[in-house]
Amino acid sequence: MGAGHPDVEHLTASPGAVSWPAGATAVSVIRPSRGWVSLQLGELWAHRELVYFFTWRDIKVRYKQTLLGASWAVLQPTFTMVIFSLFFGRLARVPSDGVPYPLFAFAALVPWTLFANGLTHGSNSLVESAGLLKKVFFPRLALPIASVGASVVDFLFAFGVLLIMMLYYGRTPTVAVVWLPLLLLLALITVLGVSLWLAAINVQYRDVRYAVPFITQLWLFATPIAYPSSLLSQPWRTVFGLNPMVGVVEGFRWALVGTATAPGPTVLVSAAAAALLLVSGAFYFRRMERVFADIA
Amino acid sequence: MAERALLVEGLGKQYRLGAREASYRTLRDAVTDAFLAPVRRVAHQFRRQAPAIPQSRPTIWALKDVSFEVAPGEMVGIIGKNGAGKSTLLKILSRVTEPTEGSVEIRGRVGSLLEVGTGFHPELTGRENVILSGAILGMRRAELTRKFDEIVAFSELDEFLDTPVKHYSSGMFVRLAFAVAAHLDPDLLLVDEVLAVGDAAFQRKCVAKMLEVGRGGRTVLFVSHNLGMVNALCGRALLLRDGRVAAAGTTEAVIARYLESEELRAGVALEDRTDRSGNGVLRFTEMQVLGADGQPMDVVMSGQRVRVRLAYRAAPEAVLENVFFQVLFGTLFGQNLFVCLTRACGGNFARLPPVGRIVCEIPVLPLAPGSYRLSLTGKVGEVIADELTEAVHLTVIEGDFFGSGRLPPSSSGPILVQHRWLVDGESAASRGTSGDPAAPARY
Repeated sequence: MGAGHPDVEHLTASPGAVSWPAGATAVSVIRPSRGWVSLQLGELWAHRELVYFFTWRDIKVRYKQTLLGASWAVLQPTFTMVIFSLFFGRLARVPSDGVPYPLFAFAALVPWTLFANGLTHGSNSLVESAGLLKKVFFPRLALPIASVGASVVDFLFAFGVLLIMMLYYGRTPTVAVVWLPLLLLLALITVLGVSLWLAAINVQYRDVRYAVPFITQLWLFATPIAYPSSLLSQPWRTVFGLNPMVGVVEGFRWALVGTATAPGPTVLVSAAAAALLLVSGAFYFRRMERVFADIA
Repeated sequence: MAERALLVEGLGKQYRLGAREASYRTLRDAVTDAFLAPVRRVAHQFRRQAPAIPQSRPTIWALKDVSFEVAPGEMVGIIGKNGAGKSTLLKILSRVTEPTEGSVEIRGRVGSLLEVGTGFHPELTGRENVILSGAILGMRRAELTRKFDEIVAFSELDEFLDTPVKHYSSGMFVRLAFAVAAHLDPDLLLVDEVLAVGDAAFQRKCVAKMLEVGRGGRTVLFVSHNLGMVNALCGRALLLRDGRVAAAGTTEAVIARYLESEELRAGVALEDRTDRSGNGVLRFTEMQVLGADGQPMDVVMSGQRVRVRLAYRAAPEAVLENVFFQVLFGTLFGQNLFVCLTRACGGNFARLPPVGRIVCEIPVLPLAPGSYRLSLTGKVGEVIADELTEAVHLTVIEGDFFGSGRLPPSSSGPILVQHRWLVDGESAASRGTSGDPAAPARY
């Protein structure tokens, strides 16, 4: 350290233009942002490994200190299926598009469980990582994306059970099964879109934590899981697609167990609705992001 | 300077007071506010003719008009009292929070150590946490693979790598966490007081690592209460006061400015503190640390005569008999170092007036430079009347404890003890090294 006189002026910035030497390391600039801001997907892409690590953490931690561990991923939809079969299939005699009711219900419950769990974890992802938000920078979008991504593992377990059930009922998927990955993507876009909205609101208003179970329950009955959408006549069936999970659920049944109700226009409406949810959710999230660290 | 590692211009950060304390609002508040606002405005207009101004919450500037620049390879210390804006500055530089005004330009990669163990998850093992925390702090996967063994070696925790960190002791946790952080390889490193953790040997390693980072051409911004460490590590320093730059320049000059400023001389009011326990028969109202000259100080020197002056007040009607006082000195991390208590030394006070001041005198302060925590306890008739476990933080700076003008390195531990060295069989007088060996020990 330098001896001698206090060099008080030295550290104080001189006003005026600043020029950086050409070819130097990248310079980042921090300024206050106003209003709607860009999504900065490039930055998110640069942190893709972090998204991977967060997903890995969420998978690792999710069933730690639980007795039944990952079997919850299977138990949850299976028991719901049993109850639905009993009450809606047996007692209420709800039609099931010519498919055995348990299979009919389960084919819908598998993507639905992905949605419901993804939503629960995604909407709480920021609040649960409040400590991180206050201490270190990374694109905040990584947290809900990872939470939703981790739910895919649960989905795969449940999907395995669905395949076994199809074997039991002697159902082979139709050619339409090639659409399945796209339908899964539609489900993920939907759950991420809703999660982004709720996660961002949750930071400021903890009401979300209490509202999410309620929202999921209502949404369950607003989606043709216990009943077929063929109960509705056109054009209402297409309008029903505004709930993106309608397209997902009917698509899954059509692709796997071969219900006659090819989703057609419904799934297009669902895809549009899901895209709108995701884009608006992402922009809202980014807009709220600047206050996360201050109020989380 | 042609190149800068960091340029900060007119930086300001405004907080809403309400938003800071009640950290989140409920939806109900927002909804009722939205509905009631027009009603209130109308009601207001009926009452008075003046146009209603929506009542805005009070705001404070945690940081205001802060400008400075740092050259590549510099280590700059940031000092100031609690609430001066040090942490806010680091948070903005590390992009955790946005500034309200001004701008910052940073060249290269930024690594920030605002706490120890960022991103650690208690359920995960040491191995898993190294990877996760490394990724969160900005390391690439390839980089992590390359440095993994080095990190583990630094932490000295090889055998516990597959144990979940929730079973770690706090010392082990800190070691592993710092090991990860120390292997970040940023162009600009932001450090907030995390160095003062762990046992003495590990602290020494941390300081060595920091110096290595500094020598390696990295730029470091170091926030600390530990003036001794700032002085040892940083060539330059920045003094913040109420969110503004109060002084900037060489570390010695800035520390000198800090120490001579009036802000350190005030006593600590304890009257309105709520972090206390006890039955309240007696309450501490103020505490002052008096330096050698009898003046109140926030900063004292090793080896100095120090007096802790406590003002107290009895509850109405209470009689203060058999009064016990205790001042406990400890580290900021909760380790007790030594205690001064009436019972051990001269006995309790048989009777005290209802309002008064008592003084605890320590003839030679046995503390190495650093920051310490003082806890106060007052008992009346063997019952705890008032207790403040974290009454005040005391900063100790270099002083001539041994009368030799020398101090051991701060990493050798917080306590200094008077002692002598002799060749066995010889008398002390024949050695004649330090001062006056014939004089009795100063205790």
